[in-house]
Amino acid sequence: MADSTHILICRGTACLSSESQEIQNELQNQLKNRGIEEQVRVVHTGCFGFCARGPVMVVWPRGTLYCEVRVEDIGEIVERHILGGKVVERLLYRDPKTEINTEKIDDISFFHRQVRIALRNCGLINPDDINEYIARDGYKALGQVLTGHSPEEVVNIIKKSGLRGRGGGGFPTGLKWELTRKSPADLKYVICNADEGDPGAFMDRSILEGDPHSVLEAMAIAGYAIGAQQGFVYVRAEYALVVERLEAAVNQAKEKGFLGKNLFESGFNFDIDLRLGAGAFVCGEETALITSIEGNRGEPRLRPPFPAQKGLWGKPTLINNVETLANIPAIILNGAEWFTGFGTEKSRGTKVFALAGKIGNTGLIEVPMGISLREIIFDIGGGIPEGRQFKAAQTGGPSGGCIPAKLIDISIEYDTLLEAGSMMGSGGLIVMDDRDCMVDIAKFYLEFMCDESCGKCTPCRVGTKRLLEILERITEGRGREEDIGLLRELGHGIKATSLCGLGQSAPNPVLSTLRYFEDEYIAHVRDKVCPAGVCRKLSKVRIIPEECKKCGACAKVCPVGAIKGAPKELHEIDPEKCTKCGACVEKCPFKAITK
Amino acid sequence: MEQNQEQVANKKEHDEKLARLNDVIGEFKGQPGALIPVLHKAQQIYGYLPEEVQYHIAQGLGVPLADVYGVVTFYSHFTMIPRGEHNIAVCLGTACYVKGAGELMNKIGDELGIKVGEISKDRKFSLEAPRCIGACGMAPVLTINEEVYGRLNADQLGELLQKYKQ
Repeated sequence: MADSTHILICRGTACLSSESQEIQNELQNQLKNRGIEEQVRVVHTGCFGFCARGPVMVVWPRGTLYCEVRVEDIGEIVERHILGGKVVERLLYRDPKTEINTEKIDDISFFHRQVRIALRNCGLINPDDINEYIARDGYKALGQVLTGHSPEEVVNIIKKSGLRGRGGGGFPTGLKWELTRKSPADLKYVICNADEGDPGAFMDRSILEGDPHSVLEAMAIAGYAIGAQQGFVYVRAEYALVVERLEAAVNQAKEKGFLGKNLFESGFNFDIDLRLGAGAFVCGEETALITSIEGNRGEPRLRPPFPAQKGLWGKPTLINNVETLANIPAIILNGAEWFTGFGTEKSRGTKVFALAGKIGNTGLIEVPMGISLREIIFDIGGGIPEGRQFKAAQTGGPSGGCIPAKLIDISIEYDTLLEAGSMMGSGGLIVMDDRDCMVDIAKFYLEFMCDESCGKCTPCRVGTKRLLEILERITEGRGREEDIGLLRELGHGIKATSLCGLGQSAPNPVLSTLRYFEDEYIAHVRDKVCPAGVCRKLSKVRIIPEECKKCGACAKVCPVGAIKGAPKELHEIDPEKCTKCGACVEKCPFKAITK
Repeated sequence: MEQNQEQVANKKEHDEKLARLNDVIGEFKGQPGALIPVLHKAQQIYGYLPEEVQYHIAQGLGVPLADVYGVVTFYSHFTMIPRGEHNIAVCLGTACYVKGAGELMNKIGDELGIKVGEISKDRKFSLEAPRCIGACGMAPVLTINEEVYGRLNADQLGELLQKYKQ
């Protein structure tokens, strides 16, 4: 047993919900019972990103990754690995395709293609201990900036790095800093936008849970650069763990003198307060966010004036997203040129994506810009499970669009995604297979947007509702052929005339699925068929007489008694009673029922 | 006699909650943007934000009641309906949706006879549909009170609900 044995246990949200806390307790107990708690350090960390195989733990110095660990496995890990120096084979990562076990975390394809800048400390340090952050050069960038650079120089470094906003729009960060810096005012503010409302995206949450100080440090640097003394983190109240860790981090930073008065004896003062969001997607839009911090309904307002000129309480305000900020200390420490070495000419650096949906390795990844969608899905993500076909990937959440299988080699950059009718967005990447209906997906996003429209401007409030009604009737078999043209016309109208980014992007899922999957819309409208078999009212459940072995299993499982026929008789489905729930399709051992 | 004791206990609980709310109002009064933080704390105290509580906050902060009501109804996190003993929240984020969360929701609704945003007659269960709780890696996910249940299928639901029905 090596003295330097460290065991890192992921305590991100996904792993916590599968008992990583209990696992850590059990581990500590067992180490104590054997009298080796002094030699082995157990550290809880933020998200590793490998949520698909959680709860995960890594044993250093070997770097052995154990997946799907249960409390009952701890005894074996302690006996065999910690004391015996041997690996517990059955808990290693097993590649679903090659069926080969991989021991070391760095050798697993999910990890070794990644470049971690924003996530540099996630899964490596204990987020509740500021000393671990300091040991990884934490707050060094702030010290350097305050003692060695003028504010203009800091702005110039960020401009040179080519960093663009990671929250969705991709606005150049350095330019935003410069504009806010140049607005004359007695008071200015820095806001960190942590109102991650995009369904399917959890990168901001993971950064704040795993490495909260990197964001706080960046906010102080930004404050110095633009001339602000007060920062706010606007974070979703639903993210209870984030709020808890942020509060602790702010207090620790104040105790150490990294926040508060006269930082690094430079005369610069900076403080950070938290503000909790209350579940309104529109508050991710910067003017709505400001209105919300001011204590009102989170309704956006017209720009200009931009927040850089007139923001919170009428003062110039810099708003940056969590991931954008997490890049800042690394850029200051390593230089702008180092950062431009990653990514492509117009999209520098890396991007964090949350992989979800029909993909083998769901979880969180950080990859250099310019990587292809194919590499993300098949090399890192492990491909589509159950041998199904890749159909499309949705990026940018409800404001974005889908990228169809034929564009799988697209390079992931701000501009290429826009050209393809989608957008980078905050980084949600939802993978869909041949069993997903694109009309249904578009309807799902529209329902979301309808719900979340704040109601201030008519095109968004009424327009999204009308779009949704059309989609509803299409998926229920009442669609008309002219509906397809109507969707397009209305969609473009809403985009052109809505007040804020929410409305301007709300029709995107409809327009992009129409662009690539018009044939599916036509099938729904003209043939009254849902090719993927998702839209219930269009599906016809039918027993194939030649395949039916008359076993009666279907009749037993039917919840509404719609299947007639005793065992040994040919069964029939009563279309009047059938709710098309699909229970019989699942149950039939002979695959004699189709939907 | 028993009823009297109950009344006394209720009165005591009521007074305690009111005192806590007054402390919160005192702490934030006069600060810019105070309303939303106060509503967050009030909902922690009462579990929901009934009209009386909103009225009290409006009076305490010197904000029009219409503004308080406007903010409460704008944000989905604030609720005017009390929650059941067990609050079930089925995540309807995209990742969960493509993995069948819609089916889960229907099954639970049928089983308990309530719809989203409702509370069962015996006040045992309430049902919510949050948009993405950020546990997409384990989709589809639901939470019952503070417990998170991931990678669920419809067949496991009966057993799960049974645990909470007792």
